[in-house]
Amino acid sequence: MSEVSTRRAFSGVSVGETLPSKTVHIDRARLVQYAGASLDRNPIHWDERFAVKVGLPNVIAHGMFTMGAAVTIVTEWAGDAGAVVRYGTRFTKPVVVPYETGADVEFSATVTALNEDSRQATVEITALCGADKVLGRATALVQLG
Amino acid sequence: MPVNPEFAGRVYPPSAPYGVSAAKIKEFAEAVGSTDPVHTDRAIAQARGYRDVIAPPTFAVLIAQRSEMAFIFDPEAGVDFSRVVHGEQTFVHHRPLTAGDEIVGTLTVDSVKAAGGHTMIVTRTELSAGDEPVCTSLSTIVVRGGE
Repeated sequence: MSEVSTRRAFSGVSVGETLPSKTVHIDRARLVQYAGASLDRNPIHWDERFAVKVGLPNVIAHGMFTMGAAVTIVTEWAGDAGAVVRYGTRFTKPVVVPYETGADVEFSATVTALNEDSRQATVEITALCGADKVLGRATALVQLG
Repeated sequence: MPVNPEFAGRVYPPSAPYGVSAAKIKEFAEAVGSTDPVHTDRAIAQARGYRDVIAPPTFAVLIAQRSEMAFIFDPEAGVDFSRVVHGEQTFVHHRPLTAGDEIVGTLTVDSVKAAGGHTMIVTRTELSAGDEPVCTSLSTIVVRGGE
């Protein structure tokens, strides 16, 4: 079998390079979809009455949804969803998702380090909901071609 | 009841195997908005050198959380699930999760630390297919203290 590499070439990447950014609109339907797909059915992510009862301002997005949506800008840039060898983040602020308006999260990312020997790039991701940074130290290590 | 600090270092028995299916990968990829056809098109995945379609990087949470539940709902551990907040998450992928994998998770409670009325717990789940390590999932949960 001849393999076709779709991965971005390491030689063409430089520190400081910015990745194409993306804004994701989150509404209740999106959270229900993620709840089903991920099997995380905690009602704070879809039931406003429950969320308010436990002291939240409103329904909040799954942190893991935001983490999963954020890394798509990295995998799209890398050219292969299997290119991410390490990915971690802190969940710093919840994404509050009102019924009427939903929420928009803007993802951007920058290459912060390159390893010549392993041909890996370190990419730092920023996730903003309004003025709030909703992910902290979101960092992916990417195996390039 | 507070979280039992003696659980630091505890290793749970391996979970029952989880069968990674192409259908679940597709569903998860759509839910997070990952449009790479490597999640849905076996021929494309194989052309890139994978055995079958592969999962997005955060799919592993779905399997790791099954293992974490053994600890969170262990009556001796003293974790009040209604007060649990996800603080941090890291995945180390030894290779992508692939349709057809039968994955077993082994959970270790790395640390239990009290901090400002809250308890921070770090768990590590090693996901493997037979003897082959596939992914390490590190999760920090915060159990909020009572008011």
